[in-house]
Amino acid sequence: MDKTKGLMEILRHKRVAAVIRFGGLFGLALAVFAMVLLVFGQNPFRAYADIFRATLGSSHGFSEVLVKMIPLVLTALAVAIPSRIWLINVGGEGQLFIGALFATWGAVNFTHLPAWLMLPWICFLGFLGGGLWASISGFMRAKGWASETISTLLMNYVAILLVSFFVFGPWKDPESANYPQSAPFPDAAILPSLLDSRIHLGALIAIAGLLLFYFVMTRTRWGLEMRAMGINQEAARRNGVSTNRYILLLMFIGGGMAGLAGMGEVSAIHGQLRPSLSPGLGYMGFLISWITMGSPLGIVAAAFLISIITAGGDILQMTHRIPAAAIHILMALVLFVVLARSTGKKGGK
Amino acid sequence: MKINPAPLLSFRGITKSFPAVLANDHIDLDIYGGEIHALLGENGAGKSTLMKILYGFYQADGGSILVNGQPVQIRSPHDARGQRIGMVFQDFILIPALTVAENIALFLSDLPFILDNDAIVSRIENISERYSLQVKPEAPVWQLSVGERQKVELLKLLLADARILILDEPTRSLAPHEVIGLFQVLANLRRDGYAVVVITHKMKEVLECADRITVMRRGKIASTLLGAEATENTLVSLMFGKAVAESPQRRGESPPEEGIPFLELKGVSTQPEGTGIGLKEINLTVRPGEIVGVAGVSGNGQRELGDVVLSIEKCARGTKYLGGQDATRWSVAQVRNSGTAFIPEDPLGMAAFPWLSVQENMAMSDVSRYARHGGLSMDWEAVRTDLQASLKRLGFQIPPFYVPLGILSGGNIQRMILAREMAHNPRLIIAFYPTRGLDVQSAVAAREVLLASRDAGAAILLISEDLEELFSLSDRLAVMLRGEIVATSAPRDITVQEIGYLMTGSKGEGAERG
Amino acid sequence: MSELLLVSIMIGAIQSGTPLLYATLSETIGERVGIINLGLEGIMLIGAVVGFVITVLTGNAALGVVAAALAGALFNMIFAFLVITRRANQLACGLALMFCGVGLSALIGAPFIGRQIEGLNAIKIPVFSDLPFFGRAFFQHDILVYLAIPTAVVIWWFLFKTRWGLSLRAVGENPTAAFAAGKNPYLLQYQVLFISGLLGGIAGAHLSLALAHNWAEWMTAGRGFFAVALVIFAKWHPLRAIAGALLFGGAISLQLQMQARGVPVSSFILDMLPYVLSLTVLVIWGRTSRSAVPGSLGRVFQGTE
Repeated sequence: MDKTKGLMEILRHKRVAAVIRFGGLFGLALAVFAMVLLVFGQNPFRAYADIFRATLGSSHGFSEVLVKMIPLVLTALAVAIPSRIWLINVGGEGQLFIGALFATWGAVNFTHLPAWLMLPWICFLGFLGGGLWASISGFMRAKGWASETISTLLMNYVAILLVSFFVFGPWKDPESANYPQSAPFPDAAILPSLLDSRIHLGALIAIAGLLLFYFVMTRTRWGLEMRAMGINQEAARRNGVSTNRYILLLMFIGGGMAGLAGMGEVSAIHGQLRPSLSPGLGYMGFLISWITMGSPLGIVAAAFLISIITAGGDILQMTHRIPAAAIHILMALVLFVVLARSTGKKGGK
Repeated sequence: MKINPAPLLSFRGITKSFPAVLANDHIDLDIYGGEIHALLGENGAGKSTLMKILYGFYQADGGSILVNGQPVQIRSPHDARGQRIGMVFQDFILIPALTVAENIALFLSDLPFILDNDAIVSRIENISERYSLQVKPEAPVWQLSVGERQKVELLKLLLADARILILDEPTRSLAPHEVIGLFQVLANLRRDGYAVVVITHKMKEVLECADRITVMRRGKIASTLLGAEATENTLVSLMFGKAVAESPQRRGESPPEEGIPFLELKGVSTQPEGTGIGLKEINLTVRPGEIVGVAGVSGNGQRELGDVVLSIEKCARGTKYLGGQDATRWSVAQVRNSGTAFIPEDPLGMAAFPWLSVQENMAMSDVSRYARHGGLSMDWEAVRTDLQASLKRLGFQIPPFYVPLGILSGGNIQRMILAREMAHNPRLIIAFYPTRGLDVQSAVAAREVLLASRDAGAAILLISEDLEELFSLSDRLAVMLRGEIVATSAPRDITVQEIGYLMTGSKGEGAERG
Repeated sequence: MSELLLVSIMIGAIQSGTPLLYATLSETIGERVGIINLGLEGIMLIGAVVGFVITVLTGNAALGVVAAALAGALFNMIFAFLVITRRANQLACGLALMFCGVGLSALIGAPFIGRQIEGLNAIKIPVFSDLPFFGRAFFQHDILVYLAIPTAVVIWWFLFKTRWGLSLRAVGENPTAAFAAGKNPYLLQYQVLFISGLLGGIAGAHLSLALAHNWAEWMTAGRGFFAVALVIFAKWHPLRAIAGALLFGGAISLQLQMQARGVPVSSFILDMLPYVLSLTVLVIWGRTSRSAVPGSLGRVFQGTE
């Protein structure tokens, strides 16, 4: 009797209930995607089993999932941080590219730097690049010229094209035949890997970013002021909070986070700048931040899930001969069911 | 006045409850064609709820509505309009980006699929001449004044063939001569057999225009009486059910004329922002121990005046002194830290953070005072101590400090904000419409706080539309019109009528126009 | 510049401007009713692949276009359900829809990669097509090109000259006011998103059936987002969208011609132009007059209770 009561208590607990509800929604998305696979003549059970084996079923697969999580957590933070004061940063993708661009400049032009100098240097550049790019939108918003939503979105394409311009043109590695890519990073500029896997230093940066975000929001005066601004901007201004300064600052920091993601990808994963740097990591970060309402633990959980799904795409291509992009359907289905659940009470702009 | 024998509209046993409030408790009410029926009551008496049920915004929990004696189901504004019921809301629901004609066309259901603009315009002009509701049909609505927008709202209803017109607080932001014009329009409508329901809490206007008056109190109908028989006293006792606490009287003697002004504006002008207006050459001083009242129809620069003092708007020209120092370029935080309190007209909108806890709201008025370790942590103990002391001093109840402010009642939120702003003995208080929307008891309390602070030596800038309040509290009065201060005077040297004309720039011809 | 070059540039501008115009119109009417749809890219991909597959299977390109339009509209109903009925965030739902479209179109189109089809043929307008210069530039196109500008005009007429258009503009500016005027914002938004999906599907079909004559994964290559920028450039106006689409279609065409002739221009810098111009336009309007942005764009109509 007491036991069931205790169990009910646990089930009624807010977080547990949320996990159960989310599990149900995820199951629904899996079921729908299974039907899609069936329609296209695939065995969904085998497909799911293959994905599971290749991601969670081995330590190598698991570490690969964690590797994919790193940029997602960072781009989600790029959205979550400005969203505390209702700035909607859709520009994570562009900020990521500019961060990678800046980091590449630092890495290939200062090849003589030792690693202990080089690594902080490219981290700084990555952060600066993404931050400055986002600050353009922040500045236009603070001045009341244009909404940051539209300007960050438009600037994504400018950023991607800018990177293409450099790797097809002035920065093209003369030794790489005809591939559009920059010269390779010197060894000192490759983020060191951890635990004898491909997990790189970016993981620590992402974790530090999450912890710092949580601490600042809950404990400090700036967190209080930001939460106040997020609830009532008009009242915050009248209480002496400099709202424009926060707009600029949070766009810069948010963009910087996405820039770090770009730096991590270009340094640890690709080793040189390529136009195919990101398969929409910035947009995925936006979605992760949005469905979790920017909660730090939620970001980690959602990034983990999305990483498993995207890793599954390659598995399906290899073992089932269906395009890797098809896995985007499963990702979208998960997002659909989660988004459909929210009634938008806290949503809108 | 002719009242038709059968009511046009009847409420029978209408009941509606919200969480924790019984807004309408078995309301029975008849409205006849050819009458102006005033619905009078305090805020929260249930007038607006009743009318929103009639217009289909809310669904009643019980009871029925009869139109021409037939019970009808009203589930949406669309149904209400089908019954020829129309409503003019407090906040007009016109679409600023569309023209007057488009706004009206949107509302008419009998138009052909392909719109004929000329036909719509001529229909508008027909009606507008008949009831003296002149507007320009091709003007975009964002260019219109409040009074003109109200005319558009009325035109909409008349063109849509409504017979029952409900006006929610129609005189709230009108100048005195516009009020007279509105009453003339209403009288014309009565003549043609319309049923007009006016929701208000302004007794004088009720007595001026209404044929019958229904007083509501706490969700029930206190009584319905003929306008001709009602007096201010009977209405007051019906509205409040008990003797109202006396309004505080203003201090007899005039304030000390000497002393350095705490706030001084010299030739201050601002750039107009968006649809707002700019200030022009404002010269204003407020001394310690003095209340300076600013009168004006809303939208004539009062908000901008307050914003300039707070540094939310920048001075384009001129200088601002606070406590003798040049504060023209100060930030909002600097102005606030120099001892400036701000009591907004709408605390939930402009001062409070409903999802932050009570103590976090308290801390927000002066974050740097409570920040420790350079901002890395906050001293909540000190916040609680200060808030408690301030609440005690004002004689307010002490709410729990850890709950979100938003779950407190509206009156308690207002008290919290007052306590917060008064916590550090402000030297300057900017009070915007401090009693608007408050019930009588809270309004009295708010006025007492202002007077007590004045006596304690604070300089107070009181911005209000309520002339009675301005006259009873102010030591000096300033009148604003189109961003300028057009007159200053001691209250005893000027009459309400004169102020009214100055507010509207009409120099007296408003009286004949009615 | 030789006449031949000029003609090629004109043809290119019209050809590549056409899908842009359909896509911009699709986004324009959606935004006019207050809904920003970043999923347009996905809708176009679905239109492109469905149009292609149906044309291959039936051999009838007209049937392909109709199927593409319907597929785009039905696909957009997922988005409509989420943002209208479930009141979910429009940006997030749009991005999710884009990913869904990318995945679904890749899956559907996989067996058809590498197939080349005739697709939509050019229809020579008698008499006019024989005119020197103008004949080749303007009167030898496929049916979707001829229909593009009339479609824009029809949409303009519906938006500004009919009761339905007035209602939907009102919903886009202020759904509460439209509701109080007796309109049903949800119904109008569903109707508009259905039409928006039709147009998006047609835009995609033109890419696969008339421009490329084949199917490739993610063949829209960002044109859906390009259209979002063009909507701003055209100030949410269907007629200005014609000019915008032609202008940027022309820029693309010019750049292709110059590259083909070995003139060293960086296509990437030119490609940035529409985004940068849209941004500039946005800032200029934001700074000076009242902006033309629909008042409730991106917000969720919460109902009244």
